[in-house]
Amino acid sequence: MKSNKDIAELLDEPACEHNKKEKSGCAKPKPGASAGGCAFDGAQIALLPIADVAHIVHGPIACAGSSWDNRGTRSSGADLYRYGMTTDLTEQDIIMGRSEKRLFHAIKQAVDDYAPPAVFVYNTCVPALVGDDLNAVCKSATEKWGVPVVPIDSAGFYGTKNLGNRIAGDAMVKHVIGTRDPDPLPESDINIHDVNLIGEYNIAGEFWHVLPLLDELGLRVLCTLSGDARFREVQTMHKAEVNMMVCSKAMVNVARLLQKNYGTPWFEGSFYGITDTSAALRGFANAIGDDDLIARAEAVIAREEAKIRAALKPWQERLKGKRVLLFTGGVKSWSVISALQDLGMVVVATGTKKSTEEDKARIRELMGEDTVMIEDGSPKALLKIVADYQADILIAGGRNMYTALKAKIPFLDINQEREFGYEGYQGMLELVRQLALTIESPVWQLVRDPAPWKRVEVSHG
Amino acid sequence: MADVIKRNKALSVNPLKASQPIGGSLATLGFNRAMPLLHGSQGCTAFAKVFFVRHFREPIPLQSTAMDQASSVLGADENVVEGIRAIAEKSKPDLITILTTGLAETQGADVHRNVREFRAAYPEFADIAVVAVNTPDFVGSVETGYAATLTEIIRALVPDAKTAGTEVGRRKRQVNVLVSYMLTSGDLEVLQLIFEQFGLRPVFIPNLADSLDGCLTDEDFSPVTIGGTHLSELATLGDAIATVVIGASLHTAAQVLEEKTGVPTYQLNHLYGLKANDALMSALMSISGNSVPERLERQRAQLQDALLDTHFMLGQLRVALAADGDLLGAFVDLLQETGVEVVTAVTSCNVPLLSHIPVASIKIGDLEDMEKLSVDNKVQLIIGNSHAVISAERLNVPILRAGFPLYDVIGGYAKTWIGYAGSRQTLFDLANLVINHAHEEIPIYHSRYAQKPANETVAPSCH
Repeated sequence: MKSNKDIAELLDEPACEHNKKEKSGCAKPKPGASAGGCAFDGAQIALLPIADVAHIVHGPIACAGSSWDNRGTRSSGADLYRYGMTTDLTEQDIIMGRSEKRLFHAIKQAVDDYAPPAVFVYNTCVPALVGDDLNAVCKSATEKWGVPVVPIDSAGFYGTKNLGNRIAGDAMVKHVIGTRDPDPLPESDINIHDVNLIGEYNIAGEFWHVLPLLDELGLRVLCTLSGDARFREVQTMHKAEVNMMVCSKAMVNVARLLQKNYGTPWFEGSFYGITDTSAALRGFANAIGDDDLIARAEAVIAREEAKIRAALKPWQERLKGKRVLLFTGGVKSWSVISALQDLGMVVVATGTKKSTEEDKARIRELMGEDTVMIEDGSPKALLKIVADYQADILIAGGRNMYTALKAKIPFLDINQEREFGYEGYQGMLELVRQLALTIESPVWQLVRDPAPWKRVEVSHG
Repeated sequence: MADVIKRNKALSVNPLKASQPIGGSLATLGFNRAMPLLHGSQGCTAFAKVFFVRHFREPIPLQSTAMDQASSVLGADENVVEGIRAIAEKSKPDLITILTTGLAETQGADVHRNVREFRAAYPEFADIAVVAVNTPDFVGSVETGYAATLTEIIRALVPDAKTAGTEVGRRKRQVNVLVSYMLTSGDLEVLQLIFEQFGLRPVFIPNLADSLDGCLTDEDFSPVTIGGTHLSELATLGDAIATVVIGASLHTAAQVLEEKTGVPTYQLNHLYGLKANDALMSALMSISGNSVPERLERQRAQLQDALLDTHFMLGQLRVALAADGDLLGAFVDLLQETGVEVVTAVTSCNVPLLSHIPVASIKIGDLEDMEKLSVDNKVQLIIGNSHAVISAERLNVPILRAGFPLYDVIGGYAKTWIGYAGSRQTLFDLANLVINHAHEEIPIYHSRYAQKPANETVAPSCH
């Protein structure tokens, strides 16, 4: 089990603006009035997209049983990440102290049956509480079974999802990154530069809207942590010339530690929206400082922007001026705002519960000083803001989907589990299609109007 | 009767099992104005919530005692008492269930004492029912968690006949109906009609058809369930003429209800297939004194006709079943009526029913076991939840989706399986799945001497 000191260290993130507050990052949850996942949830979300690894959840059934194979992340090949693996601890294991032994053999079984390049073991509440020595089991399993076994000590009670993201990142830096050098560069007439993306999950395959552009520019993505990643890619992350933190600061500790340990500079960016996608491409070019790359990046940006703006034109007419309440739980707020503003939509309010101070500053920059920032994400509060600000649509995570639908309000899902990809220039087309689909749908009138026999006579005059 | 084969591997791959707290939550959600409170860390609730939302496509009331590092180590009594208070104050529900998780049980929680502490500290909430249930996820499954929670709710909230003065048969038409987790909202709606056709009024306990049937209400938002069994009805159970129990897993719950009320129990394991529904008819005839209504006779005859029509496709069909006990038993009976061979049966945990199910063996295990056994047994069709879809793809056989969770189809939660009519539809669905799939065609043979047109001529094979 992690000690309070370990957890405090993870919560103390110098690269995170929340640090300057007295209470760091994550407020204590209130019994009977809390929402959101746990540290295990966060750790699993962060790493599960590494597609060829055997991800073993060490705990009783509830941790894996309710959560396996439910992410929207996609792989271009390996699919071991879609297998739910758990030690499924029984009462006997816990009472008799057999859970370490079960884990040890579980790792062997995974290695024998599925021949993964590595095994990740996620610790959960029960084994943490009974004191299983995760590090020791993983260490001896690595030696005995000849495959890297990485401990990810992420018991749910350590804290929030956000902390879990950091635990995951920390484990990668400690155990995986730097254990292999990248493959030699292919022959090319342009200068190829190695880069990483941190916090890119390839939801619904959306990163494949962006990757061809990076390829065209001669940017070799050593690894996206963690969308469509492979273990051998994660190993090489230390050799990048620059890292991009995608959208959120959830794994900012990885960027910071890579800078500290290997001197790799990093910048923060997003692929949501035209403005931000272009900014991200420029971000790479400028950080690398290759004049030829900068010129080629500008050419690609000009070409792609012209193409997408022409394609979006008919949609913009339809969506212009529509009012949006954006509640993302915070992490992606500013990047999505920019995408919506590209479409001429009006963001009337945005959630900032999980946003960092820096996120908030950026939101103010985009939306003006008096922008409404929502801290209370309860369904009741959200519905009130929708009504007060006459929003045409609620954009939020899947958790809030039925809150909106039951209140007969158009809704767009932008979280992990969604089935559509919105990244890059191309992703904007999917975004407008989905926005128009729900906002313009005929169903709203049908569900809002009372039955004909219940309509109250309206007096004329 | 089945040989039950225990789990024999360290790692569970592609779990079939859903946890006891999920089952306990499900039972609670079938009561009106209810709120399940999971005693564990926040993730326990968050995962359960996502599980239900994906299955039902509905907002799901579910709360957490939010155990953190300190309370996990030092004790979380305060979390439970405070959690109940917060919900009582904010949402004013009729019923709160405290369901323990593996974390709370390992730590040594005593939720029953916590409820007493809550009662002592907050007498102003005396009218809110609070029921504590031990549902750790390191034993059992969704089925046992559901059954345990229903048992405890009955134990705590159904009054004793002596003290309450209830009298068997005072309500001549009322029948208490305890229903297993395997009955969907669609099933309950049909079952209600069947009872009504006999002139009886069923009181479902719990009633997911009234709370999680996918229904648009006038209220924009409710923090607790809208619909479900009203707690006030629990006080009338002792006046009913009979109790019908559907599901072997509810045996204990039924016993407790009968001990408290004296109302006679009719135990049925399920309502899949001809014989099972005949048993229901017999029970309802004896309870109501009425004969079987003509419409149901008609539906019975329709099912018989469907048995004839489908036995060509379903006879000798080699099927793999992956489900919890009650549902497994139900499908085995239905399938065997058509001549299907259940060659692979996998379930998530051991329950008394298993050894009575008429198949050669039942494996306690996961979907990896199901997949491997299906290869060995040359399975032609799979019945399982949405997680099994990918197994079916790998095995290249069709799948009939059934059980929990169903997240890759719309309306799976509302599908009607029971009754003569529901059984008939299931046979149709099964037959349609295999009609073009499992049939083993004779490979085409080209004679080297045939006088077929030139464009149909194939190069003669070399020997």
